[in-house]
Amino acid sequence: MKYHQVIVVGGGLAGMRAALEAAKLCDTAVISKVHPLRSHSVSAQGGINAPLGNNPEGKDDSVERHSFDTVKGSDFLADQDAVDVFIGSSADRVYEMEHWGVPFSRTEDGRIAQRPFGGAGFPRTCYCADTTGHVMLHCMYERAIRHDIKFYEEWQVICLVNDGGACRGVIAISIITGELEAFMADAVIFGTGGAGRTYGKSTNAIINTGSGMAVAYWAGVPLKDMEFIQFHPTSIIGTNILMTEGARGEGGYLVNNRGERFMKNYTPKFMELAPRDIVARSIQTEINEGRGFENQHVHLDLRHLGKAKIMERLPGIRDICLHFLGIDPIDTPIPIQPAQHYTMGGIDCNINCETVLKGFYAAGECACVSVHGSNRLGGNSLLETIVFGKIAGDFASRYAKGLSATGQGKAAMKKALKEQEEKINRLLASTGSENPAKIRAELKSVMFENVGIFRDTKPMQEAVAKVRELRERYKKISLDFKGRRYNLDLCRNLELEGKIDLAEAIAAGALARTESRGSHFHLGYPKRDDDNWLKHTMATHTKDGPKLSYSTVTITKYKPEERKY
Amino acid sequence: MKEHSEVTFRILRFDPTMDHAPAFQDYKLAVKGALTVLEGLFEILENQDGSLGMRYSCRSAVCGSCAMHINGAYRLACETQIRHLNSRVITIRPLAHLPIIKDLVVDMGPFFEKYKRIKPYLEASTSIPDKEFIQSPRKRKRLNEIIDCILCGACYASCTMTLTDPEYLGPAALMKANRFVQDSRDEITRERLAIVNDENGVWRCHTIFNCQIACPKNLNPTHSIAQLKQKVIINRLTGRL
Ligand SMILES: Cc1cc2nc3c(=O)[nH]c(=O)nc-3n(C[C@H](O)[C@H](O)[C@H](O)COP(=O)(O)OP(=O)(O)OC[C@H]3O[C@@H](n4cnc5c(N)ncnc54)[C@H](O)[C@@H]3O)c2cc1C
Ligand code: FES
Repeated sequence: MKYHQVIVVGGGLAGMRAALEAAKLCDTAVISKVHPLRSHSVSAQGGINAPLGNNPEGKDDSVERHSFDTVKGSDFLADQDAVDVFIGSSADRVYEMEHWGVPFSRTEDGRIAQRPFGGAGFPRTCYCADTTGHVMLHCMYERAIRHDIKFYEEWQVICLVNDGGACRGVIAISIITGELEAFMADAVIFGTGGAGRTYGKSTNAIINTGSGMAVAYWAGVPLKDMEFIQFHPTSIIGTNILMTEGARGEGGYLVNNRGERFMKNYTPKFMELAPRDIVARSIQTEINEGRGFENQHVHLDLRHLGKAKIMERLPGIRDICLHFLGIDPIDTPIPIQPAQHYTMGGIDCNINCETVLKGFYAAGECACVSVHGSNRLGGNSLLETIVFGKIAGDFASRYAKGLSATGQGKAAMKKALKEQEEKINRLLASTGSENPAKIRAELKSVMFENVGIFRDTKPMQEAVAKVRELRERYKKISLDFKGRRYNLDLCRNLELEGKIDLAEAIAAGALARTESRGSHFHLGYPKRDDDNWLKHTMATHTKDGPKLSYSTVTITKYKPEERKY
Repeated sequence: MKEHSEVTFRILRFDPTMDHAPAFQDYKLAVKGALTVLEGLFEILENQDGSLGMRYSCRSAVCGSCAMHINGAYRLACETQIRHLNSRVITIRPLAHLPIIKDLVVDMGPFFEKYKRIKPYLEASTSIPDKEFIQSPRKRKRLNEIIDCILCGACYASCTMTLTDPEYLGPAALMKANRFVQDSRDEITRERLAIVNDENGVWRCHTIFNCQIACPKNLNPTHSIAQLKQKVIINRLTGRL
């Protein structure tokens, strides 16, 4: 058994930021199923928000305005006390990253450059060309090396140990050797990222399976607002690799098969820079009504920006087009379609990143402090990782430090280790006839088709039924490879079980919510319904599926009003 | 190559805990239209052989997980289109000069140990401003390209000097050193130059350009090494090093 005062699971931006904070007070280690630099945070392109006022057009920007845009963007489902904390520290966190070495693009006078992004009243998105996540993740890792943070790489956490309401640690499998290990801790922080790959057509890394959320859910921690899945308007056809919102921020147009900039029919004032949920639905409507190309995409046109601007501000986008589509956006419009992009919901926690399980914290995309509500604004989630990563590390380490007896719960850890060992042995010995790859593919497809951009009662009922069927079939899978060393078959199928349960929580929550709000658009109930639905969905795991309950939304300054752009 | 055709994936298989020596294994694969090597490997993993070991994450050429040797060159499996290889046989091996963990998965430990030796972090501790450091676009431009390194290891595996001299820092670590030397915010340039001014540092590079050819991001570690050599020389001539 290994022991650290604080264990962070996840080597992305949120996890590493949490670890840097926790290590100030406590012996801290990070467990990650991939080398930290391979975490999905590396893919973020467009930028990170903070009302610095560095752009001449943004000189009147303020914490107030950024907060209001965030609350409005969330369709008033965000908790406003959490948004205050979130935006209140945004400038400090961004400056801190700059001091640590992030090579932001610069204004003429040498300050951090800022560009416009969807749903924002001012250009407030700080960026490094179109590789912002990459430079931030590398910088965070550099900082972790400087502070000698301990990493356990290629360890996949499969169980969170709940010992009568107190968290005692995690059980993880070494992907390399296949051995299980109990990692005991006084406090555990999850920064395990999003669940994008529950869906087909996703912009997310292949590793974004939501396994952290599933593990927390199984340990009795509720998941909050899981039905709110963000669909990004612009991903390339086929692989669904993202074309950053920065492309529209820099002036890119969306064009249908008639050559029209069709956003003028939906949000004439904001055009292409309306929030993502609205732009994604507008594109899907164009496609559904026959104004797309080949019934599946529209064009993102950058040609008028000119070669110099594309090379300077969007070089990564161009490379992706060259390699994955074989076209050059300097002279050809990019074929794009909406795709799953972000999980607004996640592990339920409060503004201190605390959960109902004592000693267990969450931050980043796997968490739901609720600053994004039902729709996240672009540039706000990188911010979330560093703001709440720091808070989680701070609270977890102070909690661990304050415990009178540390290293408690050996018995519970041993029991959990034994149970997980048995589970793995059972899975390796299984001889069923179901092909797990098929189950995974069917799950992704039913989620995208039936619980996707446009939703309706009947398809959602079918999705819930289908997910249940898949769970039954999962019980009859068999693994192709029975060895232990680097057994991807085993590791991926352990995650599949979690994906199925997350999918059920998403679909059940969506089916129950008879209104349209942010990313959740219900054809049968196309209006927002504050009287009945201004509340968070909580899904608690039971052996018969998710049990839904609801909690109140914290409203302080901004009274809900109709969301118009 | 035709749109619909069959290719053979010839993959180097090795489990050091079981096998005496690495050996190739063939898999047949139907290729329709655009299919990347990584997608081909997934097809094998899911439908033919669950024992295959490989690394992957972003599938969009930014995370650095999937660098491997594919038909004669180091490439990222995720951005390599099978049809662009124009061959019926796709031969795949892991990165060289690093111990094999299993099949296409190598131990990146030695690679990252060297990365750590060059102090891969900005040292700017004496005068932290309230807001950001001021850095003109001209100074910032010096970092262009260098900061795009994804630490995939392709340059390291292609370098003949990392083979013959296991202590050599290698192109990736040296380019990282240059990333901080070129950054106007960094305060320990001389210390960095002292680290790379070593027989296992820049002087071990024989400017063979393999790293530049191998880099899947079209970066130029050779140039970074040359820049460092130049800085070292100037600093030594002026008695600062
Ligand atoms: C293509 C793309 C572009 C984006 N661009 C932007 C942008 O421009 N601006 C913005 O604000 N946001 C953007 N986002 C969103 C943003 O990148 C993510 O929300 C954010 O990076 C998530 O960071 P994280 O630290 O929470 O998780 P991640 O970076 O996903 O890290 C998760 C970590 O957890 C580990 N892990 C997961 N499960 C387990 C387990 N069971 N056991 C052990 N380890 C585990 C993983 O190995 C990984 O290290 C983008 C997202 C996508 C998909
Ligand atoms: S999978 Fe990330 S670089 Fe290929």
